[in-house]
Amino acid sequence: MDRAPWRNLSGDVNSMIYKHLRYRIMGDRALLVEVGDEIHAAENQAVRALSITLEKHPIKGVTDVVPTYRSLLITYDPLKISLPALKAEISKFRKRMKPADLPEPRTFKIPVCYGGPYGPDLEWVAQHTGMSPEEIIRAHTGSTYSVYMIGFTPGHPYIAELPEALVTPRRESPRSHVPRGSVGIGTKQTVIYPFESPGGMHILGRTPWVLFDPNHSPPTLLNMGDRVRFFSIQQEEIAHWETQNPWKSWQPGL
Amino acid sequence: MGNTKSLEVLAAGPLTTVQDIGRYGFGKYGVPSSGALDTFSLRVANLLVGNPEGEAGLEITLTGLRAKALVDLCLAVTGGDLQPHCNDAPLSMWQSHVIRRGDVVHFKGPRQGCRAYLAIGGGIDVASFMGSKSTNLGSRFGGLQGRPLRKGDVLNATEPHEHLAKAGLALRPSVIPRYSEEWRLRVLFGPQHDEFNKKGRRRFLHCPFEVKTQSDRTGIRLSGPLIERKEGLPESIISEGVVSGTVQVPGDAQPIIILVETVTGGYRKIATVISADIPLLGQVKPGDQVMFQAVSLEKALEALERTEQIIGMLKG
Repeated sequence: MDRAPWRNLSGDVNSMIYKHLRYRIMGDRALLVEVGDEIHAAENQAVRALSITLEKHPIKGVTDVVPTYRSLLITYDPLKISLPALKAEISKFRKRMKPADLPEPRTFKIPVCYGGPYGPDLEWVAQHTGMSPEEIIRAHTGSTYSVYMIGFTPGHPYIAELPEALVTPRRESPRSHVPRGSVGIGTKQTVIYPFESPGGMHILGRTPWVLFDPNHSPPTLLNMGDRVRFFSIQQEEIAHWETQNPWKSWQPGL
Repeated sequence: MGNTKSLEVLAAGPLTTVQDIGRYGFGKYGVPSSGALDTFSLRVANLLVGNPEGEAGLEITLTGLRAKALVDLCLAVTGGDLQPHCNDAPLSMWQSHVIRRGDVVHFKGPRQGCRAYLAIGGGIDVASFMGSKSTNLGSRFGGLQGRPLRKGDVLNATEPHEHLAKAGLALRPSVIPRYSEEWRLRVLFGPQHDEFNKKGRRRFLHCPFEVKTQSDRTGIRLSGPLIERKEGLPESIISEGVVSGTVQVPGDAQPIIILVETVTGGYRKIATVISADIPLLGQVKPGDQVMFQAVSLEKALEALERTEQIIGMLKG
């Protein structure tokens, strides 16, 4: 059988994992390795598995590996390793990789103060979906999600997949300043903004937790493959949650 | 131990930051490399004052820095010609000098290029985050408290007197880069060049683009003919990793050359500037004109080897 060994990870046969990795060059010192062509759990697990394998067995000359939804960007020093040699190394790892390489996920429960000044788009989402703000909060806090990738700004998680009822287009015009800690939704993703930054998601609430600390190792609270649940807190509770140490808050398992 | 107050900032200009050659290996945390845009110039400046090539120096944007030496220093200025002076006399670039205690180094403004690099013998003593002293302005860490320099800041160097003997080292004039206002940047097509229409790909190579004023350390924004994607394709793609020098084309069909403060992006990239030309991106300024030239991977690597040979000469 020429099935990808990781196709069975999620047990999902509808995923679009490529039979062979697809390579595209990004200049003379970066190689894009594509695993599939969709935002999908199976693709993402395959990316993560390959990323973990490359971390365990570093390839000489590789300077960074950036895993995303369905691809990895491998940056390398072309004076230390040639493009054909790099591709050969990566292809080799793909064959060797086993589903058991994936560590057990960690689950984080993230406090969010929904609505009011913290969630300026809660009303809009309610109108758009035909649900009440309470129902939106219940839906958003009712699922366990996965962190599919970190990107955009340091520690910024892309979390999926939202329940169908919460799927909305992104904002038509992105905000130029979204406050730090804002929790937003758009398409089938939910995100948390670790820094004040521009942003195109609908903001439902805010978490008092810090998601990035350059003094911490690793510097990000959430990492690819982590599981996330949100829970609703009141405005008066923000100060309490600010004093909690989120880095130790996770629990093993699903 | 041996840590000496070396330079006091009298005026910082619009944007002067502490940068080394970048923070690599933390892309999976969303952490961009940051670092000097023109790493060639910073590496040369460091080697001229007897530092390791990857040490931190100052990246000075366009104009305005005035700084006073608090001890005798060995110092070199490279990169864009922002008319560096020591007291009233012009300071020759691409070579190291002894600057005496009390001397004032200042920059009068751009004559060529956009960013100058100032290296101090003994480096800049700031904390290292994830292996780098570079300033990440977006997330406010690294460099000097994660922010641009300002009046009153004092920089420390390690054993600066040990570097004074290096003064007088110079880069051979024949290999000093020349900057103009019309740039020819060499690129490799990809990763998504095949998703642009033929006309777009042709225009990309044959038409000049003007650098917009909204350009900064995150990207060089260009305006010119429309570089359109093939019909029926959505505006964005699934977010993926990006490197500095890659040319992304968002929905408005106007290219942006990504620089060092971004790790992921959700737009198609038509081409990527070759490594040998990446340092030039730090010298491109608003109003300049850019043309792209496609080369082969072999040519790109030959050019990179030549660059590394120049650096190698200085390392002796």
